[in-house]
Amino acid sequence: MDSLLNQNRPPAFCPGCTHEKIVRTLDRTFQNMGLSGNRISIVSDIGCSGLFDTFFHTHAFHGLHGRALTYAAGIKMARPELTVIAVMGDGGMGIGGAHLLAACRRNLDITLLILNNFNFGMTGGQFSATTPSDAVVGSGFLNRLETPMDICAVARAAGAPYAVQCSGYQPDLDRELEKAIRFPGFSIVDICGICTGRYVRKNRLTPERIDEIVKPSTPEYAGTLSDAPRKEYSHHYQELSRNLLPAEEPIGISPMFAPIRNTRQEIVILGSAGQRILTAGEILCLAGITSGLHATQKNEYNITVLTGPSISELILSPDNIDYTGIENPSVIIALAPEGVERRQTLFQNATPDTIIIHERNLAIPPHQATAIPMDCKGKGIKQQDRALAALGVLAGMNRVISMEMLQKAIELRFTEPIRTKSIHLIRDMV
Amino acid sequence: MAISFLEGNEVIARAALAAGCNFFAGYPITPATTIFNTMLKLLPPSGGICMQGEDEIASIGFCLGASMAGMKAMTATSGPGISLYSEQISFAIGSEIPIVIVDVQRLGPSTGSATLGADGDIQFLRWGNSGGMPVITLCPADITDCFLLTIHAFNLAEEFRCPVFIAANKEIGMTRESIDFQSLTIPEIKTRRPAIRTADFQPFAVSSEKMVPDFLPIGDIIPVRQTSSTHGPDGYITNDPKTIESNRIRLVKKLETVASAHCYYEARPEQDADTLLIAYGVTARAARQAQQEAKQSGKPFSLLILKTLWPVPEDLIRKHAQGVKRVIVMEMNLGQYIREVERILPGITVLFFGQMNGRLITPTQIREFLDHG
Ligand code: SF4
Repeated sequence: MDSLLNQNRPPAFCPGCTHEKIVRTLDRTFQNMGLSGNRISIVSDIGCSGLFDTFFHTHAFHGLHGRALTYAAGIKMARPELTVIAVMGDGGMGIGGAHLLAACRRNLDITLLILNNFNFGMTGGQFSATTPSDAVVGSGFLNRLETPMDICAVARAAGAPYAVQCSGYQPDLDRELEKAIRFPGFSIVDICGICTGRYVRKNRLTPERIDEIVKPSTPEYAGTLSDAPRKEYSHHYQELSRNLLPAEEPIGISPMFAPIRNTRQEIVILGSAGQRILTAGEILCLAGITSGLHATQKNEYNITVLTGPSISELILSPDNIDYTGIENPSVIIALAPEGVERRQTLFQNATPDTIIIHERNLAIPPHQATAIPMDCKGKGIKQQDRALAALGVLAGMNRVISMEMLQKAIELRFTEPIRTKSIHLIRDMV
Repeated sequence: MAISFLEGNEVIARAALAAGCNFFAGYPITPATTIFNTMLKLLPPSGGICMQGEDEIASIGFCLGASMAGMKAMTATSGPGISLYSEQISFAIGSEIPIVIVDVQRLGPSTGSATLGADGDIQFLRWGNSGGMPVITLCPADITDCFLLTIHAFNLAEEFRCPVFIAANKEIGMTRESIDFQSLTIPEIKTRRPAIRTADFQPFAVSSEKMVPDFLPIGDIIPVRQTSSTHGPDGYITNDPKTIESNRIRLVKKLETVASAHCYYEARPEQDADTLLIAYGVTARAARQAQQEAKQSGKPFSLLILKTLWPVPEDLIRKHAQGVKRVIVMEMNLGQYIREVERILPGITVLFFGQMNGRLITPTQIREFLDHG
């Protein structure tokens, strides 16, 4: 196999920079593996390590600092057949720490090479997430305040299936790289090296010293970490999605009834969490649609969905509905104090033409409307069924919707046994 | 006729599939979450990919990688997420990566109010990239727009190789509405123009009569380069001022035609009206109702509803402002798009009405402002 090095762009690192050694070793690894350039995608980010992709004649994606793993994930999911190599420095690794942790958990078949030279070389030797506390770097005393991160230990804690620490100088680095690339999952190679341009000007670091730092003999640093083999993400994704049923098409309604009224009608349901206010609102709209009306539904509820008010604002109209807000509803359904509290003014503005359907013992503000009390509690109707019960009352009066429209909406929206139960419920309210 | 009753967000997701979207990455954020939920129902069973990123930056990063590998990608978020997307958006603009980004706007700034609507990101979408390059932004006013504009957004992203924003709003995305899919004329679906495979393929080469480079995906038999750095046609870093400048000018120029050729709007002129109201998004709906009421009470005004916000449809705005005494811009913010209208219409009285309190601007407020504003 031929070299994949870009003949027009020889490596351009500072003399003695370990990065250049790693470029050549990676090329040798590709050759050993018989990989052609169009089967590889190198994904790099910023800094001196970010020059990596330009030295190879492969697919290349050079992106933002610390984000190489994000693009690599998209590329691998789109093209599982590609060998995807992400290259980052220790700087980018620190910046994209969340992506590193997520990649360990995700286990997509990507190989991450961290060119770890213990500082931000390109910008002037500032400290990175791996700089020793006692190193003299371009960030003054600040690195003395922090503890360097042990990449392989962090990866292991995050669930990485494969992580190994190497020296950029070790003679069998090509074999280490090949092992990591061949590993069918996420693999990390933390390659320690020397930044001659910046780091070693004030710090003593030699290949021998790196050998001491790298501890290939300690088991947790060498290769496969997890005890049980883990499924590779993209294969697992295919496996789990293969058996999924196609998403249901939305309900399509052909109007079959004549509308009760040919004007815009606004309805507000005021309740609390757990009363299935939103579902009742949807059913009322579906019922209206069976008579050829247009419908809109605006909901309001707390972010903590199990407490507080739940309000549904509904409009049915023979014309296109423009403004979706409600100022003077023709029907107010009041089921819980939380909802009533939020919409006090609706009661003040109500006229004798307005209908208020409310639970008998619920306190509602003074109003001029026509009140229709219902006794859900007395009838033993549970909280979650009361909104639907109120629709039964409304349909029983032949206001806004008829009983047959409501029944049709229930048939469209619910499957058995809820369908039959709901139909009984609304009929009982007449 | 078969009428469905769906949320705007769900319709955006369904439209994305109709447009050929086969990759989505997102994460939960109110009020955009139901787009993610719907994509998760739609994509995996149809052979597509739907991922939940560890954060916003990852989600859009997945999309950029997948898009360059040839997929049609979309992500969805709200204002806080757009902030985090910002650097990746700049990348997509500068490196010509097609992607559709839905911003279901909520009341800001910052965390703001997750469940209250606003149109507060309009200038942010335009200027939220380093370098200040132009973008395309479409703005739906109702459920039908959610469907059609999403398809247009994908077509534009493919044709111009750029990010395209859909500036929705909680009041559009999370409002359910009746829609008759069968009555819609679905636009022709476009895909990016493939490059001819040659050994010396240059990923950013643009022939003189074209404005957009032809595309080969990462993973093709020809190695393809992508880079966030300032690059020449070959996709390698360049320092040549001429190359840099011509590329930057091209990024501006390639979108110039969008304002006329892909200008989506709804014009409702009234004869002899001395006022033109300009609105977009959910506010446009209150404006429609106010216009009807005003006409009935003998005080007609003209209405222009913009659905392409960026690039600014300048000719369209000028044309409709002709002969009116005043132009009023109404927005669910404290004054953003009005800056564009003022800029385009020197010498014409341009007034503003807006609010940022989570409430819809009402038809009554609009009529009161027109009568007394
Ligand atoms: S600054 Fe350091 S990392 Fe960068 S090329 Fe020079 S030696 Fe290598």
